[in-house]
Amino acid sequence: MIKTLAKSIREYKKASILTPLTVSCEVVLECTIPFITAELVNRIKGGCGMDTIAKLGGLLVLMAVLSLSFGVLSGYTGSTASCGFAKNLRHDIFYSIQDYSFANIDKFMTSSLVTRLTTDVTNVQMAYMMLIRIAIRAPLMLIFAFVMAFIMGGSLAWIFILVIPVLGLGLFLVARSAMPLFRRVFKKYDKLNSSIQENVKGARVVKSFVREDFEQKKFDTAATEVCHDFTVAERIVAINSPLMQFCLYAVMVFVLTFGSYTVISTSGAEVDVGQMSAMLTYGFMILSSLMMISMIMVMLTMAQQSGKRIAEVLEEKSTLENPENPIYDIKDGSVSFTGVSFRYSENAKRNALSDVNLDIRSGETVGIIGSTGSSKTTLVQLICRLYDATEGRVSVGGHDVREYDIASLRNSVAMVLQKNLLFSGTIKENLRWGNKDASDEEMRHACALACADEFIDALPDGYDTYIEQGGANVSGGQKQRLCIARALLKKPKILILDDSTSAVDTRTDAKIRAAMRSYIPDTTKIIIAQRIASVEDADKIVVMDGGKISAVGTHGELLRDNDIYREIYNSQCKAGADDEK
Amino acid sequence: MKSKKTKTFGRLVKTMFSFYPKMLPITLFLILFSALVSSIPSLFMQRVIAVIEEHTALGNWGEAAAKILPMVAILASFYVLSLVSNALYNQMMAIITQGTLKRMREKMFNRMQILPVKYFDANNHGDIMSYYTNDIDTLRQMISQSIPQIIISLTTVITVFCIMIYFSLWLAIIVVVGTFLMTFVIKKVGGGSAKHFFRQQTAIGKVEGFAEEMMNGQKVVKVFCHEKESCADFDRINDELFCEAERANKYANTLGPILNNIGNVLYVVVAFVGGMLFAFNVPNLSIVGFSAMQISVFVPFLNMTKQFAGNINQVSHQINSVVMGMAGTERIFSLLDEEPEQDNGYVTLVNAKEENGELTESDERTGMWAWKHPHSDGSVTYTRLAGDVRMFDVDFGYTPEKTVLHNLSLYAKPGQKVAFVGATGAGKTTVTNLINRFYDIADGKIRYDGININKIKKSALRRSLGVVLQDTNLFTGTVMDNIRYGRLDASDEECIRAAELSGADDFISRLPDGYSTMLTENGANLSQGQRQLLSIARVAVADPPVMILDEATSSIDTRTEAIVARGMDALMKGRTVFVIAHRLSTVRNSDVIIVLEKGRIIERGSHEELIEKQGQYYRLYTGAFELE
Repeated sequence: MIKTLAKSIREYKKASILTPLTVSCEVVLECTIPFITAELVNRIKGGCGMDTIAKLGGLLVLMAVLSLSFGVLSGYTGSTASCGFAKNLRHDIFYSIQDYSFANIDKFMTSSLVTRLTTDVTNVQMAYMMLIRIAIRAPLMLIFAFVMAFIMGGSLAWIFILVIPVLGLGLFLVARSAMPLFRRVFKKYDKLNSSIQENVKGARVVKSFVREDFEQKKFDTAATEVCHDFTVAERIVAINSPLMQFCLYAVMVFVLTFGSYTVISTSGAEVDVGQMSAMLTYGFMILSSLMMISMIMVMLTMAQQSGKRIAEVLEEKSTLENPENPIYDIKDGSVSFTGVSFRYSENAKRNALSDVNLDIRSGETVGIIGSTGSSKTTLVQLICRLYDATEGRVSVGGHDVREYDIASLRNSVAMVLQKNLLFSGTIKENLRWGNKDASDEEMRHACALACADEFIDALPDGYDTYIEQGGANVSGGQKQRLCIARALLKKPKILILDDSTSAVDTRTDAKIRAAMRSYIPDTTKIIIAQRIASVEDADKIVVMDGGKISAVGTHGELLRDNDIYREIYNSQCKAGADDEK
Repeated sequence: MKSKKTKTFGRLVKTMFSFYPKMLPITLFLILFSALVSSIPSLFMQRVIAVIEEHTALGNWGEAAAKILPMVAILASFYVLSLVSNALYNQMMAIITQGTLKRMREKMFNRMQILPVKYFDANNHGDIMSYYTNDIDTLRQMISQSIPQIIISLTTVITVFCIMIYFSLWLAIIVVVGTFLMTFVIKKVGGGSAKHFFRQQTAIGKVEGFAEEMMNGQKVVKVFCHEKESCADFDRINDELFCEAERANKYANTLGPILNNIGNVLYVVVAFVGGMLFAFNVPNLSIVGFSAMQISVFVPFLNMTKQFAGNINQVSHQINSVVMGMAGTERIFSLLDEEPEQDNGYVTLVNAKEENGELTESDERTGMWAWKHPHSDGSVTYTRLAGDVRMFDVDFGYTPEKTVLHNLSLYAKPGQKVAFVGATGAGKTTVTNLINRFYDIADGKIRYDGININKIKKSALRRSLGVVLQDTNLFTGTVMDNIRYGRLDASDEECIRAAELSGADDFISRLPDGYSTMLTENGANLSQGQRQLLSIARVAVADPPVMILDEATSSIDTRTEAIVARGMDALMKGRTVFVIAHRLSTVRNSDVIIVLEKGRIIERGSHEELIEKQGQYYRLYTGAFELE
């Protein structure tokens, strides 16, 4: 995990190395300052002249200025290093995801990917900053202060040998018993939040069933549990503070009694008052650095989870790869399936497609029909290589799809997805997804084919109308028409419409099909539909059932020979047939 | 602005007091006490050092011990007290923090439950969620760490300063000058850091929004080979975030060293001036008047200077979290202040039984329901719940400026099936939103069994209506739990019967754990059609006299629908049903079909009548099948 993450440091290596160095310098200075101050105090007490005071005082000010400079420098490089690292991590995560195949995308949930990109990266950023600043500072300070205490305090410093292990052990035990609790409660906390989300989304359902009280009670139970667990964990952590204070007080009391004993009994020969006061300063330094170390331990273990989750995304390899010597040119829009079987994952029990054989000539219009779950979408997704067939071969333009450059293939095969989306931006910007350099004329033409021009012209800002995220401000039917126009702008050799006109009224649906027939006759059109009407005039209709092709034929043939097709037809047209009688 | 912050803070404190009327003041007292005690040692130091000074030359420990040990003993007992109070307040603080958060969460959730649907339509769901995540987090940070730390540090600073004045006025003045300098730096650097942290939050929000949109549409991105462009867009906002984050952290990181070293310099200056006082025998001005500067004053004074500066440094570290915490608290209160859904209804729904041709209220579930209508003269009448819905000249707009329904009048007799047909945006869903009073009409009247629906308690009204929406929302829990959501006291058998009736039983029994299969993430492991079947079963178990099916079967393919249809027919039998459907095969057998266009009824009648009329419905219908 660390190796994977460390790759993202890149150009911030310099800052990352510089930070611990400057921090070390700062710590050295910080630890020497009390030493020199003690010297100064002693000299003053000894009745030295102003020149000594000025000299030592000047030295101290100089050291403070130096320490300040190093401090500011390390602050700067530290933030550059950690924020830069975070930036690169986000960059790498986002780019990795862009490389994902559909199979990879299916594996992660959108919300979890977004969390990894934001919250988890922020956690790692904080931990990294801690690591290069505090994790260097604290142990160094501990050692330095400890050594100085011995140099200055002599026998007085032995108290630290006693106190450090006590505090260290205490802090360790607290961290060790609190960590698993935190890990567990954070999971519960996530669950609580996802149940809130459920409620926000399902507000209408809650209200229509008058379940407000029920939901409140459910929430109370969950919130109480989370609160209880958090309280237990935090109460354990809350032991840290009195523990630390206990040690500090112990040192104080010790230094005051034993220290004054030593001073008096040796007449200030071994330890003097100045040194005694410096001991207290060092004591504080030592203990607070121990405290910092324990804090870092907790922080790092928490960030570890985030790091793991990020590494998971970065290490995920795309299941699809470009061939070594790809073909860039797609000859025509013919498609053929030979003995194709497909499973969504290796562990899947059932084939989503089994033994599919199908030939589509270039320029043909093909309808695909079948009940939900009959793998219609799965079938067409193999054509533009959104997934690779598990067995068998899918060819486009006479070549196996795996021989093409993926981008070229997908540019020639336009697919309008069932769950389609528009992005925030103007209509024009959305249309340009199909073709970056599309002229206004081309866009108008594509929209006319998709019957989108009418409603766009009726909008106050026309093609410059701003579409909100997900296309929230246009109706379902308008969205579908825009999505078709966007795909048409690619000028594809094959156009796949996956239930893309379900929200379009029937008349417009027919108009769109008619337009395609007359304006893009050379494009192979594959139409998945629920309505018989959408496919009945196709050159051939494929009836899917349970991942297999049940029959292929024209409307008339299927109506005569295929039970499933007839059943679908009847469910939609029975009344019509009644009328005809 | 400033007064608003104070108000918010005051309200937070008041709220916390109401949660913990005893524990909170005790905790605050303990924090204060502990802070006071921890600043006292300097006083003892001074005494002890004075004794040491006196006796060093003689080297007589025994005599000194008699003076020092009692002092240390007193100090130690203070320490014990401080330790106890420290341990206590930390424990209590943990309880108070988590308890406050829990109650805040519950307050927010409870308030959210009573907000009108309008609120959920008007606010981004991500924004609502962030009350519970980000804002609660900032509040936690502020309550559990910043506030105690600030109290401790300020108390220490004040006490230490008092002791300083007590010791030596001259030196204290130097410290005051240093304090001004530090405050200035905190204002400049700390203020800058807070400003950039806010900007960083905005930048993170941007990255989050962009990432969410792109990842939701990741498959579209792939299909259009749009990866490079979206990467370039991402890089731009990612760089923006980097700049803000870097700046914010630079400010925050440098504040510590700067204050620290001002502290160091202050220390040196105090030492220097103190030395001068010594060297030139300047009389020291303290509370006891002028006297010679003594080492016993000087040494603890130096330590106090360090303590003083250190505590100001501590306060400065809390600035960011206080600023953010206050912003979060303000947002939390804004949710708590949202206007709840108003309900002036007084007609309620009760179980009823018929005795001698008269309706009376019953305590048990009788299967017969009645509207209980109390009148101003104290009398109560009961009207049998039948499911007769009438609309008279209804006008409505989601905003006052834009009317979306015009002059709508319609009726549905008990047991009738009424279908709404029309283009997207014609106002079909809006009509149903008015019947269950998700929104209130602007003009006109809606009567349910002859009662103006404004007089009916919303909960009673909604209980009498079963709604199946196009966007299904299932809840985390088993399949059985989700069906039972319709009626909480339904037995397993009743739930299964409802599932059979709505045609969901077939796929449920094929699930790995059948009715005990866990559903998560809004039933992510089910298809949209299966989810719709489940939500139909959920309404079936509720057994309401009136049902609203808003594109309830849109994702169930026609073939499955034909299979489901028989169950649906059984389900709809004897109920008033409002159906909205795109698919005309779904609406064909309705008693009344109402064709809407731009918020107006343009046609109404049965399927046959409308076909005969050869109007809009006929065109829609024939458009679907192209019967020539």
